[in-house]
Amino acid sequence: MPKVTIDGITIEVEEGTTIMNAARKVGGEIVPPAMCYYSKLNKSGGKCRTCLVEVTKGSEKDPRPMPKLVASCSTTVMDGMEVSNKTSQKVLDARKGVVEFLLINHPLDCPVCDQAGECDLQNLSYEHGTEGTRFEEKKRVFDKIDIGKYIQLHMTRCIMCYRCVYTADQITNERVHGVLKRGDASEIGTYIEKAIDNDFCGNVIDVCPVGALTDKTFRFKSRVWFLNPMDAHRNCDKCCGKAVVWMFGDEIYRVTGRKDQYAEVEEFICNTCRFETKDLAKWTIEGPRQISRESVISQGHYVTHLSKIENKNKEKIE
Amino acid sequence: MGRKILLEKTDIENIHTYNVYRKEGGYSAVEKALKKMTPDEVVEEVKKSGLRGRGGAGFPAGMKWSFIAKPEGVPRYLLCNADESEPGTFKDRFLMEKIPHLLIEGMILSSYALGCNTSYIYIRGEYMWILRILEKALAEARQHGWLGKNILNSGYNLEIYVSPGAGAYICGEETALIESLEGKRGNPRMKPPFPAVKGLWQSPTVVNNVETLSSVVSIVNIGGDEYAKIGLGKSTGTKLISACGNIRKPGVYEIELGLSVEEFLYSDEYCGGINDGKRLKACIPGGSSVPVLPHYLVTKTAKGEQRLMTYESLSDGGFATGSMLGSGGFIVFDEDQCIVRNTWNFSRFYHHESCGQCSPCREGTGWMDKVLHRIEYGKGNMRDIDLLVSISKNIEGNTICPLGDAAAWPVASAIRHFREEFEWHISEPVKCLEKNYGLVKEPILEV
Repeated sequence: MPKVTIDGITIEVEEGTTIMNAARKVGGEIVPPAMCYYSKLNKSGGKCRTCLVEVTKGSEKDPRPMPKLVASCSTTVMDGMEVSNKTSQKVLDARKGVVEFLLINHPLDCPVCDQAGECDLQNLSYEHGTEGTRFEEKKRVFDKIDIGKYIQLHMTRCIMCYRCVYTADQITNERVHGVLKRGDASEIGTYIEKAIDNDFCGNVIDVCPVGALTDKTFRFKSRVWFLNPMDAHRNCDKCCGKAVVWMFGDEIYRVTGRKDQYAEVEEFICNTCRFETKDLAKWTIEGPRQISRESVISQGHYVTHLSKIENKNKEKIE
Repeated sequence: MGRKILLEKTDIENIHTYNVYRKEGGYSAVEKALKKMTPDEVVEEVKKSGLRGRGGAGFPAGMKWSFIAKPEGVPRYLLCNADESEPGTFKDRFLMEKIPHLLIEGMILSSYALGCNTSYIYIRGEYMWILRILEKALAEARQHGWLGKNILNSGYNLEIYVSPGAGAYICGEETALIESLEGKRGNPRMKPPFPAVKGLWQSPTVVNNVETLSSVVSIVNIGGDEYAKIGLGKSTGTKLISACGNIRKPGVYEIELGLSVEEFLYSDEYCGGINDGKRLKACIPGGSSVPVLPHYLVTKTAKGEQRLMTYESLSDGGFATGSMLGSGGFIVFDEDQCIVRNTWNFSRFYHHESCGQCSPCREGTGWMDKVLHRIEYGKGNMRDIDLLVSISKNIEGNTICPLGDAAAWPVASAIRHFREEFEWHISEPVKCLEKNYGLVKEPILEV
């Protein structure tokens, strides 16, 4: 099995693993950010260029460094490969550039965006972006198109990760949307307005890293950090039925898949669970969801504090 | 008079028809190869010839061919890249229009060498009339038994099809070309896997330029060693140069590699000098995507040596003081041309042609276009110049395919050599709309 060293940490991984997945195996700081790669979707990745890393040593056999920065999500590791991510200034500079590119045409309408608080682009720009902008031109805008009663498409916020296209290809039985036009005019759309309507199309909302695809049944209802996410399940004949219900008091405001690691859902859920089952009686609540302390959603969410107290109590009892 | 190989017979009347082409010795290379040579011998000859890809990158063709994977039971494909869309390059068009059978002969030879039974010519959608010329030529070749089953009783089968694109520069990139040929959106693929391993329909594929494939004919005819004697050093053979801009005689010229730039630019046999007796301001020697050279670096390198039309000499000095031979689109600017406007024009082209798949190119090309447009129309700001340099640096090398680099280089090089003109444009927002800056001063080199 090939051994790869990422930022000084050596790990042995299976043949054919990408640098990204090797880094994720180690976890922590050395994991490159990803805006388009989605481990549950085949062929995704390589497009956003935020996961660029420097390969300082190609492999044991061919120790030459790679001339360009490579996308860690689509480059497979070789035995003896040495990769620099956070330790390489070149990578940090390039990443800063990419974040700037992603943001120049982004409307930055976080105050009115439903994704705010759980947005990958927010996290990315917080970590790698600059506070100001050098972009003085007019931002690109798109005509609004309607893609059905459940999903709201905000093309201006899109960063062209293609995740929703792959989701429709691989999860649903029919894809009616795709990428139209090219260059910075390219947009996600259904050619000659058509509604996206099938049982699993709601998953495009979960995979979208930004607020380009949002839940119409949840639009402008609440900020995500005012809600209490609870793990819940129900018997569903279409999907696994395992979801997260976002509650305010006794009311379910929205239902999403369980995004456990790297903001990726573990199992996809169907539209019935997501959009039509907002009655608390139909769900079995498992308990509060673990939310990372770094996330804004954890404010007012008691689970982290509670578990700490529980642990302390346990220690005392022992 | 330089040696001509590709354009030797283009002046003959009706050379585009099969009968005339055959009478002039056409298809003799196919006869020679299929009857007397094994496929590996043909590859060997091409390797010996040192032929380099004529599409722009200059990668040795024989080497590219030897990389092709040969798994059992999987078909291999040869694709001819006729998606010539680089601004300033129009050599393939001339070749296909005048002498289509030369390309077909070259493709038969190359397909035989690679063991392909199906080959495609991917032609840009704007060349629809050439598609008809090629279709006609292919039909003639098929009728006379040069294509189809059991060619010349050798047991070798080959079919060649022509497939038009819909007019996208990006489809000239080999993996985007493959995607487009498969009927998908023309987005470049991630590499690896390289086309030589997984290309068209996941089968091993070689993509070559029209001129490269056409050159194979003479390599088989005269032999690889003999071909390697033409040219200079590692730049062997002849190259078609499409000269345009402010010169007296624009057009497609065939030169022996190693000719001096000075002779090419000023002799009556080729470009014939600058139009209207003006002075040379700048030159782009290899199509819009290569760095631009200011007048003092065109005929001489930074070291003071004579600059030659070879892959090596043109790139002498790296990107600081050199350029590239590229695809051979030789664009000349006289002293009355505005570099800012030209750079903006190229930027606009790349902005329009970016596929939009990866972020640096999608957003960066549009940004550069907008900033350059502002500078050109007198609304620039001094910090815009450094901004452009910074954008081009952020794009360069960080994209999936070379289009990002191609968009960044002209801007970066124009600012490197013509910074004072950019500054003048910004400081004289009214004057710059009425007149042009003229020549830039030659920097005094530190010794």
